[in-house]
Amino acid sequence: MTDKLLLLGDQAIALGAVHSGLSGVYAYPGTPSTEITEYIQENKLARERGVRSDWCTNEKTAMEAALGMSYIGKRALVCMKHVGMNVAADAFVNSAMTGVNGGIVVVAADDPSMHSSQNEQDSRFYGKFALVPILEPSSQQEAYDMIRYGFDLSEEVGLPVLMRITTRMAHSRAVVTVGEPIAENPLHFPEAGVANWVLLPVNARRRYREIIAVQDKLEKMSETTRFNSYKKGGKKGVIACGIGYNYMMENLPADSDRTILKVSQYPLPADIIREMVEECDEVLVIEDGQPFVEEQVRGLLDCSGKIRGRLSGELPRDGELTPDNVAAALGVKEGQHFDVCSTVVPRPPALCAGCGHRDVYSVLNEVIREYPDHKVFSDIGCYTLGALPPLRAIHTCVDMGASITMAKGAADGGLFPSVAVIGDSTFTHSGITGLLDAVNSKSNVTIIISDNLTTAMTGGQDSAGTGRIEAICLGVGVEPEHVRTVVPLPKNMEEIRKVIKEEIEYNGVSVIVPRRECIQTLKRKSRK
Amino acid sequence: MKKDIILAGVGGQGILSIAAIIGQAALNQNLHIKQAEVHGMSQRGGDVQSNLRISAEPINSDLIALGKADAIISLEPMEALRYLPYLSKEGWIVVNSVPHINIPNYPEESALEAEFAKLPNVISFDADAVAKENGGVRTVNMVLLGAASMILGIEDTKLEEAIGDVFGRKGEAVVETNVKAFRAGREAGKKQMER
Ligand code: SF4
Repeated sequence: MTDKLLLLGDQAIALGAVHSGLSGVYAYPGTPSTEITEYIQENKLARERGVRSDWCTNEKTAMEAALGMSYIGKRALVCMKHVGMNVAADAFVNSAMTGVNGGIVVVAADDPSMHSSQNEQDSRFYGKFALVPILEPSSQQEAYDMIRYGFDLSEEVGLPVLMRITTRMAHSRAVVTVGEPIAENPLHFPEAGVANWVLLPVNARRRYREIIAVQDKLEKMSETTRFNSYKKGGKKGVIACGIGYNYMMENLPADSDRTILKVSQYPLPADIIREMVEECDEVLVIEDGQPFVEEQVRGLLDCSGKIRGRLSGELPRDGELTPDNVAAALGVKEGQHFDVCSTVVPRPPALCAGCGHRDVYSVLNEVIREYPDHKVFSDIGCYTLGALPPLRAIHTCVDMGASITMAKGAADGGLFPSVAVIGDSTFTHSGITGLLDAVNSKSNVTIIISDNLTTAMTGGQDSAGTGRIEAICLGVGVEPEHVRTVVPLPKNMEEIRKVIKEEIEYNGVSVIVPRRECIQTLKRKSRK
Repeated sequence: MKKDIILAGVGGQGILSIAAIIGQAALNQNLHIKQAEVHGMSQRGGDVQSNLRISAEPINSDLIALGKADAIISLEPMEALRYLPYLSKEGWIVVNSVPHINIPNYPEESALEAEFAKLPNVISFDADAVAKENGGVRTVNMVLLGAASMILGIEDTKLEEAIGDVFGRKGEAVVETNVKAFRAGREAGKKQMER
C-alpha cells in the first residue's frame, strides 16, 4: 500500500521513523524540530505499538536514553534544535565511540537566519567531529525515505547517523508518498559482546582506531548512495547540498550544461570532488548554514580561486539560502519587482496579552528600580521577550539555564542585587545544577522561576518538573523560608512586590516561584 | 497550472487554515505543493507568512522568489505590503482592510490606503464585517479565501470540498458555517473586482 500525504519535513521524518520500526523517540522541544516528536505522539501506529515518545528533560538525557535503547537492539530517534547538539554533545560524540546496536538517527534542526534561535551553528560540524555519517535531505520525500536508509546505515556501520535539516525543510509541507511500515527490532545484544560499551582507555583506543578505519568505507558509500548524484557537464560546476539543490534547480534552465554534484550524504565523496575540481574552471558550493563543504574543498592552501561560495562572497556569509541569493550566485539576472514598501514597520513578537510573565516583569521592574546597580540575568523561553520595550526587564539571554549560573558569577564578583529569571522548563532542562552551585557557595542571588506549567515558546509541551519545582529547590538545599510561591495576577501585585523586596534583601540564595498557567495552553485545553 | 501565493498576517490570526485548505484542494487534484510556514517565536504576535506554491509540474524551491508571487492574501493591510517585493507586477493582493494594531507605531490608515492605490490589482474589503454577518468572526479566514478564490486557479467546488475535508472532523455544522463564509467572501471579492 502506498499513500500520498501532505507533510511538513518534520512530519515526514516522524512518519518515516515510525515506518522504520522505531521503538522510541527521545527529544526536548526546540524550534524547528518540535513537530517531529509531536507527530509521533499523535501517530496511530506509534500508539498501537507503544513507541516511547515522552518529552525528555534535556537533549543530553534524550541522547543517552536513545543509546540505552539501541544497546538492546532497538531503533531510537533523537530530535533537537541545533543548539541542543551542544547540550547532547558529550553523549553524542561518545555514542560513536561505543558504537550502536539497534540503529540511532539523531536529527539536528539548524536555524540559519536565526528565525527562533540565538546562533546559526551548523550541525554538520558535529557529525564530522564525531566521525559519523551525515544525511541532509533535499526534499520532504527524501526526508521520509532517508530515515529508513539512515537506520539501516546506522546498523550496518555500527555508528549513530546524524540527519541535519534546516528550518525550511522542517517547516515546509510537500506531498510525500509513504510506504509500508516494518516491524520493530526484537531485543537482542551485539554478537561481538559488550566490551565496546565500557570506554575505559583500553577499549576507547581500540574503538577510536576502528572508527578511523571505517571512514574510507563511509566515503565510498557517499559515492554510490542514491541520495548523492553526479552529472558531468561543462566547465562550470556546482556542489549543491541539502535544500541548496532545490534553489539551484529552481534557477537553472532545463538545458543548463553545468557539472552538478548533489550532496545529501557525508562524509564528502572526495574522489568525485577531486575529479570535478580538476575538470571545471570554477566550482560553486551552495550550502545552507556555514561554509562546511566550501572550507573542506578549498582547504587552507588552495589559492586557485576556483572554489566559490559563502567564503568568496558569491553567497552571503550569514543568513539562510533563498532562491534569490542562489540566483545571484549562479549569475541569473534579477527580474523586475516592486520596491520594499517604506510605510511598513517591523512587528516584533511580544508576550501574549494577559501572560503571567508580564505581571512578573512589571512588578520586578518596580522593585528593582530602587537598586541602580541591579542586573537581571534571564534565559530562553517566551519570557526572553521581556527584553524588548516597553518592559526592558532583562539584561541577558545566552543559553539554556545560564541565568542562574551567570547571576551566581556576578554575585560572587560583588554585584548586588543579582537576579535570575528562568522558566520552569528551562529550569529543569539545565538550571538545577546551577542552583546547586549557588547553594553550595551561598551566593547572594534572587532566582525567579516563572512557572507557567508548560514549555510555552515551542507550543505548550509537557514540562519535566511540573508540580515539583519547590520540592526540587528544597531538595537542592535552598532554605525553606526562602522558597516563596506567588500567583502573578494584577490583584496580587502588592504581595509580590513585598516578597521580591524581602528576598533581594536576604543575603543568600532565594527562590521565588510565580505560578500561573500559560494562557495559550489553558485555551488549548478548554477547546479540547 | 502554476500558482505562487504568499499568505500574510500576524501570529495568532490563523493564516495556516487558509493554507491547509488550498493545500488540501491541490492534493485532491494530484497537484504538486510546497508550503513553507513560520513556527516559533514570531507566532507570539509578530509578522508571519506562508509561501504556498502549487503546480502541475514538480516544484523545487520551498520559497517564492522576488517578483514571482501571483497573489498575496493577507488578513491585515500592513502585512500585505510587507511582502510587496515578492509580488509579480501583474499579481493580485487580496486583503482584509481591518488593521491589526498591536504596535505603537502602526502606520496611519491613509498612508496604507495610498500605498494600495498605487497598485494595479487589489481586492480590499472589510472581511471582519462579512464574517460577522455570515459565519461569525472566526470564519474571517474563509471569507478571505473566498474572495481570493477567483485568482487561485482552483475551482470553487474543489475548494469547498477541501473545506469539508479539513473541517470534517469538527462536524457538519462547522463545515457548513465555513462554506457559507467562503461563499460570502467570494461574492464580496467579485464585487470588489468589478469596481
Ligand atoms: S505562550 Fe504562554 S507563556 Fe508564552 S507569552 Fe503567551 S501566555 Fe505567555
